[in-house]
Amino acid sequence: MTAPGPVVAPVGARTHWEIGGPPTEGAVEVRAPVGVITYEPADMTITVGAGTSFDTLDGVLAEHGQECALDPRSRAATVGGILACGLSGLRRLRHGPVRDHVLEVRFETGDGRLVKGGGQTVKNVTGYDLPRLFVGSLGTIGVLQQATLRCRPRFPRSRWFAGSATDSFRASARLWDGAREAVLFEGVDADVESQGRGLAPLDTPPALPDGPHRGRISVAPGRVGECTAALAGRVRWCAELGVGTVHVAADEADALVHARSVSHAYGGWMLREAGGPSDDDGFGCALPSAALMRRVKDAFDPGWKLNPARLPFARIG
Amino acid sequence: MCFPRSSDEVAAAVGVARRHGRAFVARGSGTGLAGGATPLDDPVVIVTTQMNRVLEIDPQARVAWVEPGVLNLDLSRAVGHLGLHYAPDPSSQQACTIGGNVGTNAGGPHCLADGVTSAHVLAVDVVLADGTATRLGGLEPDSPGYDLRGCFVGSEGTMGIATRIAVRLTPDPPCVATLLCAFDSVEAAATTVSGIIAAGVLPAALEMMDAPITRAVEDFVGAGYPRDAQAVLLAEVDGLEGGVAEQVDAIAEVARANGATLVRVAADDAERALLWKGRKSAFGAIARIAPDYYLHDAVVPRTKLVEVLRRVYEIADAHEVIVMNVFHAGDGNLHPLLVFDQREPGVWDRVHAAGTEILEACLDAGGVLTGEHGVGIEKRDLMPRMFSPDDLDAQARLRDAFDPDGVANPQKVLPRGSRCGELQRVPEGTWI
Ligand SMILES: Cc1cc2nc3c(=O)[nH]c(=O)nc-3n(C[C@H](O)[C@H](O)[C@H](O)COP(=O)(O)OP(=O)(O)OC[C@H]3O[C@@H](n4cnc5c(N)ncnc54)[C@H](O)[C@@H]3O)c2cc1C
Repeated sequence: MTAPGPVVAPVGARTHWEIGGPPTEGAVEVRAPVGVITYEPADMTITVGAGTSFDTLDGVLAEHGQECALDPRSRAATVGGILACGLSGLRRLRHGPVRDHVLEVRFETGDGRLVKGGGQTVKNVTGYDLPRLFVGSLGTIGVLQQATLRCRPRFPRSRWFAGSATDSFRASARLWDGAREAVLFEGVDADVESQGRGLAPLDTPPALPDGPHRGRISVAPGRVGECTAALAGRVRWCAELGVGTVHVAADEADALVHARSVSHAYGGWMLREAGGPSDDDGFGCALPSAALMRRVKDAFDPGWKLNPARLPFARIG
Repeated sequence: MCFPRSSDEVAAAVGVARRHGRAFVARGSGTGLAGGATPLDDPVVIVTTQMNRVLEIDPQARVAWVEPGVLNLDLSRAVGHLGLHYAPDPSSQQACTIGGNVGTNAGGPHCLADGVTSAHVLAVDVVLADGTATRLGGLEPDSPGYDLRGCFVGSEGTMGIATRIAVRLTPDPPCVATLLCAFDSVEAAATTVSGIIAAGVLPAALEMMDAPITRAVEDFVGAGYPRDAQAVLLAEVDGLEGGVAEQVDAIAEVARANGATLVRVAADDAERALLWKGRKSAFGAIARIAPDYYLHDAVVPRTKLVEVLRRVYEIADAHEVIVMNVFHAGDGNLHPLLVFDQREPGVWDRVHAAGTEILEACLDAGGVLTGEHGVGIEKRDLMPRMFSPDDLDAQARLRDAFDPDGVANPQKVLPRGSRCGELQRVPEGTWI
């Protein structure tokens, strides 16, 4: 399927370099422009080069008391990498997934055309939703050049607590690792205080499990309990309650295989983020509507030049 | 035209259309304002109004599965007793369907903080153009591969027909405050909107009405709006007590700093409901002024509201048409209403000319062609004003990926010639 000529791999900060399938050997690495292009604080929108790191983005927004809740695992991650991977941050429960923060994308397609999708205003339904298509596409439909993001005011107060908060209104995150539940409240002082009443404040935010082999399970939020019970000590894990993401990490590749089969048993799947067995395809499941996805890939990258190994169906072709 | 009762019947209808070489068009309630559901060239029209069951409500997971013909307001009513609601609330919510909302990626006043339809649709079961059924998205937070669910929402029936939709339900806020602010100029109201956003307040809703529409609404429903105001703002904040109180103060302060002649917080739920009834009856109220109206929909950056509104009035004046403005000010989503009587000779030309100029003015200010009504037929031929040939070609290829034979609602959204080289191609059936 891959056309003659070089295979291209867009590169960000390599914080998730192994996500999905392994990068193709000998691929030509391309990088996106770095820097803020326009920032209009009174509009709460910012346009940045896709090579801009989250750390830089967050710093610029913080100067105006704003933020964009992308919350990557590493602040070194670039905006292009965050959007391509589509891995939502820990505050998804309140702030929504990565895809909800993207207003406009400009990317170069596999056949070298610069394509714009979406628009720079906070509301827009003109044409097809290319920003959402781009998010999570793992660099397989285009090399992102720039993106316009929706920002929001930073909360005056943000605090983690230990304890159960099932009925709390608009908790920003609820994490559970089998031993302890932690909840994040954001808002004005009085509200955060009243929501945290009866809970023990935490001085440091809970840490996600780490290790050479990492993945994230997606299951319907209602099945997190059964699914994590079945993981049974073979992996370290932390679940985002109300969302359905379970972060897993292990020292052995086999443990990740186990976690994946558990995810399947509960109607979910697991994306490999790092490590894993060498023959793993990153997704470990047949992609739904694969024929359609393949045509989408063809539409943007007819020569299959862009990261052909990142999606499972790419290699089957 | 057919009225299927199930996904299988939708697939069968698509099959019949295809066997007879016809295109097909999905239709909900037909309240769409861009002509997305308008049949062109005798397609099979597949109407979803008989598929109107709420199939499943999971209050724990805050998810409902619905058929596409369920009316937007009926869904919120069905879950109201659980302390939940469906957040996107188009002004047409009593009449429009969830399927149509998915088709247009509909918005509404309360989408300012909560996001438009796409942020509330988890999964869609669709019948594709080839008659096969598939699920896009899912109840799990992420689906493997491309976000086809995201592509489908807002595709205006050109990527297939939604037959079952899983939507996210939103908990009712514990505390809500609605403010009515009046001003003696449109500019003061618009500056207040920009000022509220710039002050770091993100209200749940922030709507604006100018003098003619305010008076029309007041005459129509008696919502308690001041008749002598040149513009009114309706702002709503919700959440927990402390945050709500702070935001109410912040909004009132910005409004007063901009010379508000009235700042009133609704005293109770009844007053709140009445204030909203006024806003949502705006289109009905217009009938009292002239028999016909053309409602536009465009978005501008919120920092450009003042200058664009000034242009809107100038343009209407120059074309001698009446314009009224009632719109989602908080997200810069303008809805200039051109009001007229079509019996007046030549009026249509003036209305069209004014409308096109208004859209141009919005684009020139860094805006977009449509914020929630969609492209349909109405704005199809303006797409090149916003997108380059390569942009349009990419969109055309995406559409072709879903519908290689071009049978799902053809001639909508993308103008003829969107595919690069399309004009050069020898038409099918040509003798060479
Ligand atoms: C008075 C008034 C006020 C309005 N206010 C708003 C507002 O505040 N916000 C807003 O966003 N809109 C508003 N609208 C526009 C309209 O109500 C929305 O666009 C609504 O989403 C259309 O729903 P419908 O069921 O009428 O769809 P239709 O008009 O029947 O169809 C709209 C589009 O969706 C497609 N479609 C319909 N059903 C399906 C399906 N099952 N699968 C795939 N595609 C489908 C159609 O092909 C068409 O392209 C307003 C309209 C009126 C008349």
